[in-house]
Amino acid sequence: MCLAIPGRIESIELEDPILRSGKVDFGGVARSVNLACVPEAVVGDYVIVHVGMAISRLDEDEAQQVFGYLKEMEAADEGSSA
Amino acid sequence: MKYLDEYRDAGAVREYAEALARVATRPWTIMEICGGQTHTIVKYGLDELLPEGITLVHGPGCPVCVTPLERIDKAIALAQRPDVIFCSFGDMLRVPGSETDLLAVKATGGDVRIVYSPLDALDLAAANPLKEVVFFAVGFETTAPATAMAAFQAKQRALSNFSMLVSHVLVPPAMEAILSSPNRKVQGFLAAGHVCAVMGVYEYRPIVVEYGIPVVVTGFEPLDILQGILMCVRQLEEGRAEVENQYARAVRAEGNRPAQDLIAKVFETTAQKWRGLGSLPQSGLGLRAEYAEYDANLKFGLEEIVTEEPSECMAGLVLQGILRPPDCPAFGTKCTPERPLGAPMVSTEGACAAYYRYRGIRPGA
Amino acid sequence: METTDFALSCPLPIERYPHVLMAHGGGGRLMHDLIEKMIAPAFGGASPEARHDSATLEAGGVTLAFTTDSYVVRPLFFPGGDIGSMAVHGTVNDLAMSGARPLALSAGFILEEGLPMDTLWAIVRSMQAAAESVGVTIVTGDTKVVDRGKGDGIFINTAGIGLVEARAEISPRMVQEGDALILSGDVGRHGICIMAAREGLALETAVESDSASVSAAVMGLLASGVDVHCMRDLTRGGLASALTEIAGASRLGIHLDELAVPVRADVAAACEILGFDPLYVACEGRFAGFVPAEQADRAVDALRAHPVCAGACIAGRVEKAPAGTVVMRTRVGTSRIVDMLSGEQLPRIC
Repeated sequence: MCLAIPGRIESIELEDPILRSGKVDFGGVARSVNLACVPEAVVGDYVIVHVGMAISRLDEDEAQQVFGYLKEMEAADEGSSA
Repeated sequence: MKYLDEYRDAGAVREYAEALARVATRPWTIMEICGGQTHTIVKYGLDELLPEGITLVHGPGCPVCVTPLERIDKAIALAQRPDVIFCSFGDMLRVPGSETDLLAVKATGGDVRIVYSPLDALDLAAANPLKEVVFFAVGFETTAPATAMAAFQAKQRALSNFSMLVSHVLVPPAMEAILSSPNRKVQGFLAAGHVCAVMGVYEYRPIVVEYGIPVVVTGFEPLDILQGILMCVRQLEEGRAEVENQYARAVRAEGNRPAQDLIAKVFETTAQKWRGLGSLPQSGLGLRAEYAEYDANLKFGLEEIVTEEPSECMAGLVLQGILRPPDCPAFGTKCTPERPLGAPMVSTEGACAAYYRYRGIRPGA
Repeated sequence: METTDFALSCPLPIERYPHVLMAHGGGGRLMHDLIEKMIAPAFGGASPEARHDSATLEAGGVTLAFTTDSYVVRPLFFPGGDIGSMAVHGTVNDLAMSGARPLALSAGFILEEGLPMDTLWAIVRSMQAAAESVGVTIVTGDTKVVDRGKGDGIFINTAGIGLVEARAEISPRMVQEGDALILSGDVGRHGICIMAAREGLALETAVESDSASVSAAVMGLLASGVDVHCMRDLTRGGLASALTEIAGASRLGIHLDELAVPVRADVAAACEILGFDPLYVACEGRFAGFVPAEQADRAVDALRAHPVCAGACIAGRVEKAPAGTVVMRTRVGTSRIVDMLSGEQLPRIC
């Protein structure tokens, strides 16, 4: 389950509640993707795509949290043991 | 690739491994639910980075592995029909049925086609009006929106030569089955990130409350897995049991509402047999009455098949995390990826195939 | 050599495979077993450690290389080549892997009734152009036609004869502990190009096949004085399959560095989408070579002088252990065994 890859919406091909589709670029390879489940996503957004469907819009701020987590953890631990 | 490669950074991975070693003071057993996570763990040798005492158990997160034998046999029966173009994800082609597998059916002349998306199967139906196109709809909740979309569009386009053999399974009932087993060793879960991207995280709250174990929604890249494990171990060390979201870049707490609505429009929850686990109530999806015309079971009048698993295959115990694949008597002898007895040896995410590729040979060991 | 009357007792355990599967041609374990357990023992010939992309024969004081290959690619025409040019380059490359300059090729066609004549003409012209670019002549051939429905358009078999110019034997058994592993360029282009061109996967990509002749580059490598111990062209089954075979045949350990294996960004992206491991994706105009460590830089420089090997690099080294195994240092600093594929890679969702 769950081979889903982030790609950038290059263009919207069809605006329609169910058939909404767009061309999504995955680092040099593009595919037409159904965007019906991400109505808020626009050109330039990154979406997570699984079997031709966008299942989520990628939150670019949250994407950075992995890199700051350890520092926050250490700071919190120091704070609680101080 | 952006938003992929950054989470494979060697330096960051090392930092997380070191942090984990500092935080873990006791042995803990954690299960990762998703086959995609198993794949990453095996591919990047992540268990090599874990401190002694942290054990990862591979759970039933591979829809390939848990598809019931009867359904594989039905798929094979359909694929053998001369009037059928049978479409499937590549994962299913090598899974053994009672007698044979889909790849062998292809070898003997069946029109079996690999598709990337259920919507591609729909296009095949439109392009081949004289054939019956059947799509093997396997997958967890992650795949259900795409399958639902295919059924929805089939109805809209009034395609009469398209149907689906549905075999969707749901994760939370499987987790409960594992947790309620008396032999349970699992103390914490890494929940399947993409399933949660669709379904959200609220389903796990009752599980956390009832069983008192931490659940961390986790992504699929090495850093995601390590952070997920770290968050889980922190909870265990601190005696907490909460739902946490490691994969916040893709998962919102409420999930994807349009996707959930689409699934609810087309499917309803049903009982479902899991290969190796048995029948679990409310653990699968079936087409609603309004979509009955797209149900391959009904269209082709498929009868219920009674199947028997090879007695040596202990997939059920492996899928629950109770038996380690190398401890299975058939492992590597009667059961290998070339001649598998059960699905966990065939699927690249299956626990048995994952162990087999390692085969316990480590450089310097 | 023990002869096997395989009509009476087939040595391949067929209880699981009473029929040939596509995977038997996939370059992985099934194909390996078919050749090693049924075909090669029945025909005799060289042992596995010496067996190679082409066979070498002594004749009147010179060493000849002799090879054959069949081409069944679909689609017939793809970005970067076609079945014809691929056949010429592939055969020339097999000869080059034994250190042989190509002398002549044969071309056998099995044509399906109904194949458009224009298609055949385009393929034939393409083969001639490829042969001219390499400096080899197609001197003989054969043509057969089969009934419509029995031939998939066209199948091509080519055989090639070459003159071995290498001073020493080039084969898996010549690989030594301490050797460097050289790659002639980035991997995975051909397989992704073909996959993208097939219906059903609808990937828009500009990936062209890397089908090309490496003959001149190999001759340049030999002329530079580098002691080439072994070369293997990377075709079906990709880099991993070639290395696992050589590791198995030489009983040495090949240590690969994931970050040193060049993969173009768009090839990598297509692999992510389909769930493929680039190590196993087919290449065409690419080869792996084993040379003494202290000559590795010289070998890379010699290869880079040729455009087809502009991406040549050092990707690993040979050690004694683990015997017969390929181990890769992953990009995150861990180690994993690179195994032989058990079938062909299929696009996955899981």
